[in-house]
Amino acid sequence: MKRTTDKVAEQFETFQILDEEGKIVNEEAMPELSDDELKELMTRMVYTRILDQRSIALNRQGRLGFYAPTAGQEASQLGSQYALEQDDFILPGYRDVPQLIWQGLPLYKAFLFSRGHFKGNQMPEDVNAFSPQIIIGAQYVQTAGVALGLQKRNKDAVAITYTGDGGTSQGDFYEGMNFAGAFNSPAIFVVQNNQFAISTPVEKQTAADTLAQKAVAAGIEGIQVDGMDVLAVYAATKDARDRAVNGEGPTLIEALTYRYGPHTMAGDDPTRYRTEEMDNEWEKRDPLVRFRKFLEDKGLWSEDEENEIIEKAKEEIKAAVKEADNTPKQKVTDLIGNMYETLPQHLEEQMEEYKAKESK
Amino acid sequence: MAQMTMIQAITDGLRTELKNDENVLVFGEDVGQNGGVFRATEGLQDEFGEDRVFDTPLAESGIGGLSIGLSTQGFRPVPEIQFFGFVYEVMDSISGQMARMRYRSGNTVNMPITIRSPFGGGVHTPELHADSLEGLMAQQPGLKVVIPSNPYDAKGLIISSIRDNDPVIFLEHMKLYRSFRDEVPEEAYEVELGKAKVTREGTDVTLVAYGAMVQASVKAAEALEEQGISAEVIDLRTIAPMDVETVVESVKKTNRAVVVQEAQRQAGIASQVVAEIQERAILHLEAPVLRVAAPDTVYAFTQAEEIWLPNHNDIVEKVNDVINY
Repeated sequence: MKRTTDKVAEQFETFQILDEEGKIVNEEAMPELSDDELKELMTRMVYTRILDQRSIALNRQGRLGFYAPTAGQEASQLGSQYALEQDDFILPGYRDVPQLIWQGLPLYKAFLFSRGHFKGNQMPEDVNAFSPQIIIGAQYVQTAGVALGLQKRNKDAVAITYTGDGGTSQGDFYEGMNFAGAFNSPAIFVVQNNQFAISTPVEKQTAADTLAQKAVAAGIEGIQVDGMDVLAVYAATKDARDRAVNGEGPTLIEALTYRYGPHTMAGDDPTRYRTEEMDNEWEKRDPLVRFRKFLEDKGLWSEDEENEIIEKAKEEIKAAVKEADNTPKQKVTDLIGNMYETLPQHLEEQMEEYKAKESK
Repeated sequence: MAQMTMIQAITDGLRTELKNDENVLVFGEDVGQNGGVFRATEGLQDEFGEDRVFDTPLAESGIGGLSIGLSTQGFRPVPEIQFFGFVYEVMDSISGQMARMRYRSGNTVNMPITIRSPFGGGVHTPELHADSLEGLMAQQPGLKVVIPSNPYDAKGLIISSIRDNDPVIFLEHMKLYRSFRDEVPEEAYEVELGKAKVTREGTDVTLVAYGAMVQASVKAAEALEEQGISAEVIDLRTIAPMDVETVVESVKKTNRAVVVQEAQRQAGIASQVVAEIQERAILHLEAPVLRVAAPDTVYAFTQAEEIWLPNHNDIVEKVNDVINY
């Protein structure tokens, strides 16, 4: 007799368009993207890989603070963001800074977020997003609320959120999906399954065969995609978005991916829990390598173009660090001033106290 | 003017704001067709529609997240947590998220949310319904915590809370819901947040109280008057941020004070009141500031409420200690 869970898992086979050699394996699912759009996707992935390398280096030099590496996850992060419109609302986790940047957050602000400066969390007016969420799962329940809000305002927009494999064990993960399902709201829940929550492998999070099947508990659509395949991630997100704005409710997307670096730059050492074989195996699936092959076969990509982007990224990063350096230091009076619309008695007093200190 | 119980005054305040501002949304567990487990939202869904007043799945954390998300689209959420003992499920959404949002966004995002929730003892509820957990909320920067003690204040304070552009925790004492009626104006009016009220004037001792302990303090003051002691009763109304000015002004006049709360001694906000008084008026004090509070145990089993909850006799006793110090 078959287990019930086997039957469930059969419904969540990995969706893939591009194989590791850069060949199209699922022609009919191929999204409609122009040559320029395909090149733009590659440009963003290359840029973001460089941004990750530079961010790690800058962190080691003490020129950045909190940083959660992103290398390996470019397809999953940028493929999904590329399927969004400017009106969509992003609720990122702490590793999802690249999505914010490509939605319009200036690089220097991303660096200020890393350093711990409130100006890094001030989104530009046309970027509908919260700053990266540190409490794993909180972004999920909030997404249900943003999506219900968009629905009530009759906007043709979605709320999209991201968590990791470990995050699927949180109560808020389930509550968020379940609320969005019960209200039939336009939400996209992305799980970037990068195989590890710090040192804990996904097998220790759950006995479920896939994370996508957790959608079943909420009665919503679920799909597992090859998260190293930018076309598959884009197509799945685009489809989820189309259905959401058509009133067909939320979707859970599980993207199978991998982080090449440590969990964060705060002393995590992946060699303690990951084997070299595992790293090598996932490097073969690198989203940049396969998409580069795909574009080169179509005559759309060259080494020169790639180098040009790398140089551009490095220059812009340098300028952004400088701009972050030039941002005025925070004062206690700034922090007090950002607490309430009108200052209550006790903060009024403390404001005066710190104004006096700061003017010395 | 109409005679209203506190719960009617709250419903009236909610109706006033649902009418006044189309962004106001009322939601929670059973607040829609059912009109709430205490009838606080009775008739509101019929009047304003399911779009404005609606039920949610049974998950407090989800309700908190829903409120935060709705705020981003310009709504003014008024969610309900069925009993405040269930706040532990939604502590992150309240203290970890909405309270911090204005600050964390560098003053670019605000959360105009009013969380309504019943609490308070003396009505024989089962476990974790009556606990006084306002102290937890009062410790969180970014929140305002409001606790009305009578129908008039309840309506004015709920309206002010809903109109406030920062998150407010609005705690409704179950014993006060229907215990007495008050004259309540039919029109919209506000009672300013963060402002205490001198409920009863006096010259010998200041009683600082909130919630059901305001009535207990008034009752104690009446008993004390027979002893020839004149007690001034201050109703804090908003416990955070606290109106320290009004308290200190009174203490400077009476030179003695007792702080009264229903919460356990190690909880609530009485120690905060004591600290403020000693920092600002120590030279005016004829005696130490004493506290009336519940014992430091878990909230009483139903049948032990009467011997456990602080009452007017405890207040009279403590005042005598202060007077005879």
